[in-house]
Amino acid sequence: MRTLTDLSRPPAGPETTDRHTAPAEPRQAPAHDSATLYVTGRARYLDDQPSPADALHVAVGLSPTARGRLTQLNLDAVRRAPGVVDVITVTDIPGKTDVGPVFPGDPLLADAEVRYVGQPLFAVAATDFKAARRAVALAEIEIDAQPAQLDPVAAAEAEEWVRPPHVQQSGDWQQALAGAVHVLEAKQFVGGQEHFYLEGQACLALPNEDDGVIVHTSSQHPSEVQKLIAEVLGVSFHAVTVEVRRMGGGFGGKETQAAPWACLAALLARRTGRAIRMRLPRGDDMRATGKRHPFHNRYRLGFDAQGVLTGGDITVIGDCGHSPDLSEAIVDRAMFHADNAYSLGDARVTGIPARTHNPSNTAFRGFGGPQGMMIVERAMDDIARHLGEDPLTIRKRNLYRPGRDVTHYGQRVEQTALLHEVVSRLETDSDYWSRRDAIRAYNANSPILKKGLALTPVKFGISFTAKHLNQAGALLHVYTDGSVMINHGGTEMGQGLHTKVGQVVARELGLDNSAVRISATRTDKVPNTSPTAASSGADLNGMAARNAAIEVRERLCEFAAEHYQLDREDLHLMDGELVAGRGESERRIAWGELVQAAYLGRVSLSATGFYATPLIHYDRTTGQGRPFYYYAHGAAVSEVVVDTLSGEYRVTRVDILHDVGDSLNPAIDTGQVEGGFIQGMGWLTSEELKWDASGRLLSDGPATYKIPTIGDTPPDFRVSLLEGHPNSQASLYRSKAVGEPPFMLAISVWSALRDALSSLADYRVSPALDTPATPERVLFAAQTLRQAPETRTPAETPQ
Amino acid sequence: MIEFYLNGEPQHCASLAPDTSILELLRNDLQRTGTKEGCASGDCGACTVAIGEPDHDGRLHYHSTNACITPAHQLQGRHLVTVEGLSRGDALHPVQAAMVECHASQCGFCTPGIVMSLFTLHERQRQSPIALDDACLEATLGGNLCRCTGYRPIQKAARHMANQPDVRPPWADDPKLDNDTAALGNTLEATGYAIPNTLATLHALRRQYPTARLVAGATDLWLEATQRLEAFENLIDISRVAELQAIDETPDGWWIGASVTYARLEPLLDEVYPAFARLLRRLGSSQIRNRGTLGGNIANASPIGDTPPILLALDAHLALEGPEGARKLPLDAFFLDYKRTALEPGEFIRAIFLPRPESDQHLEVWKLSKRREDDISAVLGAFAWREENGCLHDVHLAFGGMDATPRRAQATEAVLEGHPADMATFEAARQALERDFQPLDDVRGSAAYRRLAAANLLERLRLTIDHDAAQEVCLDAYAH
Repeated sequence: MRTLTDLSRPPAGPETTDRHTAPAEPRQAPAHDSATLYVTGRARYLDDQPSPADALHVAVGLSPTARGRLTQLNLDAVRRAPGVVDVITVTDIPGKTDVGPVFPGDPLLADAEVRYVGQPLFAVAATDFKAARRAVALAEIEIDAQPAQLDPVAAAEAEEWVRPPHVQQSGDWQQALAGAVHVLEAKQFVGGQEHFYLEGQACLALPNEDDGVIVHTSSQHPSEVQKLIAEVLGVSFHAVTVEVRRMGGGFGGKETQAAPWACLAALLARRTGRAIRMRLPRGDDMRATGKRHPFHNRYRLGFDAQGVLTGGDITVIGDCGHSPDLSEAIVDRAMFHADNAYSLGDARVTGIPARTHNPSNTAFRGFGGPQGMMIVERAMDDIARHLGEDPLTIRKRNLYRPGRDVTHYGQRVEQTALLHEVVSRLETDSDYWSRRDAIRAYNANSPILKKGLALTPVKFGISFTAKHLNQAGALLHVYTDGSVMINHGGTEMGQGLHTKVGQVVARELGLDNSAVRISATRTDKVPNTSPTAASSGADLNGMAARNAAIEVRERLCEFAAEHYQLDREDLHLMDGELVAGRGESERRIAWGELVQAAYLGRVSLSATGFYATPLIHYDRTTGQGRPFYYYAHGAAVSEVVVDTLSGEYRVTRVDILHDVGDSLNPAIDTGQVEGGFIQGMGWLTSEELKWDASGRLLSDGPATYKIPTIGDTPPDFRVSLLEGHPNSQASLYRSKAVGEPPFMLAISVWSALRDALSSLADYRVSPALDTPATPERVLFAAQTLRQAPETRTPAETPQ
Repeated sequence: MIEFYLNGEPQHCASLAPDTSILELLRNDLQRTGTKEGCASGDCGACTVAIGEPDHDGRLHYHSTNACITPAHQLQGRHLVTVEGLSRGDALHPVQAAMVECHASQCGFCTPGIVMSLFTLHERQRQSPIALDDACLEATLGGNLCRCTGYRPIQKAARHMANQPDVRPPWADDPKLDNDTAALGNTLEATGYAIPNTLATLHALRRQYPTARLVAGATDLWLEATQRLEAFENLIDISRVAELQAIDETPDGWWIGASVTYARLEPLLDEVYPAFARLLRRLGSSQIRNRGTLGGNIANASPIGDTPPILLALDAHLALEGPEGARKLPLDAFFLDYKRTALEPGEFIRAIFLPRPESDQHLEVWKLSKRREDDISAVLGAFAWREENGCLHDVHLAFGGMDATPRRAQATEAVLEGHPADMATFEAARQALERDFQPLDDVRGSAAYRRLAAANLLERLRLTIDHDAAQEVCLDAYAH
């Protein structure tokens, strides 16, 4: 016998409390659903989870050598060290030893061959974290070192690839070059980037009563963690449950590279029968995990007297590290974005995924797109200097437009008018031309300090380019007190996904946001999920949740029509009520009452939802297709001032206009735009990865690897979301993805630095400026311009 | 055993290893997991907590610190406030309410640290209004990294703290807290961590434990614990030795006790050496400046310490004390080689003498680093000089990051001394600088960059001295 909750009393839980509160509307901007937990310290991250008192802590022994044969791994002293309970090497893995996510190539623990500094060789479980770490240091490791390949360009020339090169081509690029009025060529190095998620890689594995484990992990891809653990343990997927409540930042660094640690923890949990806590100390995290791919790009492009591209050849070489990981798709995406917002004309784009003896470079916000865009943005500046035009003039002439609206991979750019509007509105709103005049006047009278200005656009393709990943599932429960629980396949890493999905469900059911709760992402709630990546979290999971909510709504309305004898066509849910009819004949039934009646009427109050993105396809054999459901657009204007004696600089003002279609949550979207921009600025300016000649990472902590701090936020920072332009595709309430696209707005900072430097040669020279454009690189660029301004050699400084 | 207050509640912690940090104590022993570990090296600020220490007025004043590199024993007799200790039931502290209102958290992992840094600012605001300009926010939050937001909403939250309901933490204004913490005193049992109050006790402890390491702010020493996993057998904490805490004014200058923190030094430098004070605001972060000491920066003898080049340019000298008695030594003679100093076994720095500036003395300090806030120098140049009849006199140029120790550019000084500050003189100086230093390549910069940038700082110096030049020669006007 079951008694239903009395709904006449004020609810204690998250039930709707105020009928007068506006229902969830698309323009609403509720705070992040964990905001209060964050500020009070109650939000639990991985290492904050309580665990049994006898839990063990894990540390991993990493290779000190970039390449060689492991001739001896004597762990006797490690095993004898105080507190040590278990030590494992590759021979202790019962199932698969390769945890490569797409293609094989990632040994969980090294076998005989060592392929990068930081490669895990063994793992130690001990009674506390320090004991585990101290024990690791006692290992006797002998590696017969071999010469390591650390130069991706040399690797590309030697055909050392993690995957075969790929080509996209439209028209006759050689003819285009032969017939061009002007031809320019240049090379650039675009540096990598450490994710520097504030919460490092971490997991907690609990053995269950079967042969399996329950694993809490800080991962963007719980289903893949589940799969890999099952394969490593040699058990069925259903024996492994993976849960992700939240991550302290992901940015792509936890898409594939959270899994190995979870596999190690799961294995140790099975072996010891005890809970296993694992987290990588910051230095180990930075040494052992992959980063944004550094790229070596080059172009040879032809253009007419107006600076409009007629065609040419672009090559992008990604430093993939030792294994494929996601590199094929990442180099593809660099190629897909080698045009950014400009028609390349008749062009060939070649991508080479080079293999080096580095950690396997991986997903990072933009997924190769930013690196690809850099080459065409370099070309825009170079063409402008060559012709003596303002770079903005050249950029505008090259924007996709009707008649020149098909990319080099065959997809038509639909919203060309929007692209032009974004650029021209920002040009006006930021006062580009009067500031240009003021800057020229300033620079003419300032021999040391030079100001620079640049407007760069963004066109970023939305969808996973691996078609099958463009699907999502959701599971919705309505409980008999009217409260709603929604699970979906997406993970929360700070981007506000759960807040947005909660809003979607609340909106479909006519409830207040507080009536809907999202708990952790779990593989036993929603199976076979895609990673939360490619900016697709809300697009895919929001749609799946919406479909689940619509399913329940339809059931409730059908039930109500019959139960209350109402006209089915006239029913809708709003303001926490079922509303039937209007005016005199209007009838309202409270949501809770409806739910209880439906329960007693034996209506299922639970539903799954599913979504698969329509229209998309891409043929890798032809390099042609429509890989993206739509494009997100934006533009930024950055102004900088450079000290040409020291190479120091400041970003003094930034104006951004960004397109998110009809925003799901303007506050969250604005946060993504601002945060993405600053992260991109860090990538291009102060964040320098440095290795020594033997392949050892030198910048292995925040003391030496400098992400932006509060003083780097531009003192004048004007960020707007473009309004009145719903997505042209039938996306979630006509919104657009926002996670990655704003990252590339920061290319304007790099271009502005080049603009300031170019003033040293009266804007006649387009200076080479590899990235990150540290004060050191800026100073050398200035020095080069001062010493030999006529030099046009496209320099490329080695990393 | 250490005794302290945590969020208003008394705590007694028995048998803590001397190398335990506040963060380890909180997370492992006390199960207070609100405070996060981001780097365990004092560089990210995720672990920021506030420590209430009694000030001259007998009341507790709250300073931010990085819990990851602050010894837990330094909590003895203090009030530790963490992110869990601010709200009053469901009512959020104004800092917390502003952070929520302004959407200032995304992943939230840095948020507890940011809340605590802002809490210390809010406490200061309660005592006397401070302009919450960019400079103030950078000084407060420069050591709190956020990877998600880009900081704009955090700046906004800082400015909106004052608009929130004035919710005080549950323990606020409890006079018992001030009195009880004072009564707890410094004395610790022999746990391997001693906190002497006086110089005499310090000497006695040094005799008793000749191999014990000295610790003051621990901002560098503790990296040996968190990064190199060293276990300290015995530590003597000099941060509360009264004599080492003093700043004594004499007609010729100031004797600054070795354990005076950067934060305490700031008002004096603001007054007498503004260029030094400006540099100080770029040294580490607020959390570091609240703990780190001038004596530590010198004794550490790093080639890239920020203050030694300035002190060298100002002709500072040291008062040393040891088993053989006391002696004075010019700072010039202190740095022998990479991380090697003139300290004899058992000897320590008691105080640093900062000479009073001549009325016509000029000082410029220029630090070059990849990031402006909370970064370590690639090159730091400190330039002191006087001008007489158009010529340079008493020229002192000292550099950090250019050699194994911070040191003066003697050949360059000789070229400039007594000469007019014209292009010919400075061209000769530029060449002399080449002879003075052969810098190294490292993660912070190449040798070629250091050489060029240091030479260019001489050109900046020339332009600065050249009163006729109406142009801007550095970015100070664009930064705080």
